[in-house]
Amino acid sequence: MTVTVDQILFLLSALVTLGAAIIVVTARNLVHAALALIATFFGVAILFVLLQAGFLATVQVVLYIGAIAILIIFAIMLTRRVMQDSGPQTNQQWWLAALLSLALFAALWAVFQQVPGLQNVTGTQVIPNDSLQRLGFGFVDPNQYMLPFELASVLLLIALVGSIVIAGEKQ
Amino acid sequence: MVPLSWYLVLAAALFCVGLYGVLARKNAVAILMGIELMLNAVNINLVSFWHYLNPQVMAGQMFTIIVLTVAASEAAVGLALIISIYRRRNSVIAEDMDLMKW
Repeated sequence: MTVTVDQILFLLSALVTLGAAIIVVTARNLVHAALALIATFFGVAILFVLLQAGFLATVQVVLYIGAIAILIIFAIMLTRRVMQDSGPQTNQQWWLAALLSLALFAALWAVFQQVPGLQNVTGTQVIPNDSLQRLGFGFVDPNQYMLPFELASVLLLIALVGSIVIAGEKQ
Repeated sequence: MVPLSWYLVLAAALFCVGLYGVLARKNAVAILMGIELMLNAVNINLVSFWHYLNPQVMAGQMFTIIVLTVAASEAAVGLALIISIYRRRNSVIAEDMDLMKW
C-alpha cells in the first residue's frame, strides 16, 4: 500500500494535534497546558486547511488562538496565588475518567466499524471554486442562514457584557 | 487519498482526550481547556463531513462557525465566573466549590 503525500500530511498534523492535546490534560504547570492548547488549535487549523476550508482555518487561528487562548492565559495568571503547581493536578477519580474516555473511544470505534462502506468515502466530491462567496452570501441571505448569524452576534454581545459584569470589581 | 474514517477517528480521539481533561483535573481553568478540546473535535467532525459528503452546500462550514462563536462566548463567561469565584474564595480548585450560597 503506497502512502500518499496527503496521508503523510494528515498523519503529521494529527500527531501534533493529539500530542498537544495529551499535554494539555496531563501537564502539571498550567501555563504549559495553555501553550499546548495553542499548539492543538494550530493543529486543528492545519487540518482545516487540508480539508480545503481555508476561511475556517483563518477564523480558527484568529478566534481560538488570538482570543480564547489569550483569555485562558489571562485567567491562569489572575488565579495563580493558591494553585502553585505543586501537589497532584488530577483529582482522586482520575482512573475512572481515563477508563470512561477509553470506553467512549472504543464505543465510537465500534460505531465506525458498523457503518457500511465508511472506508470507501474518499472525497471525490468537487469543492466549488467560489465556496467563500457562497459562505458569505449564506450568512446574509434571509432564505439561508441570516437568522443564526444574527442570533450568534447577539449571543456574543450578551456573553461579553455579562462576563464583564461578572468579573468586574464590586465598587 | 485520506478516507473520511481517519478524520472521524481523530475527532473521536480528541474528544475523548478532552473528556478525560474535564473529568480528571482539579483546576477549573484546566477543566475549561478540556471543554475547548471537545468543541474542537466537534468542529473537525463537521468540516470533514462537509468536505467528504456535500461540499456544494455551505451548511457544514456555517454550523462550524456558529459552534466556534458559541465556544468563544462560553469560554468568556466561564472564565469570568472563575475569576469572580477566585476573588471570593481564593481558590480555583473545583472540589472546593461545594456550597451554593455562603
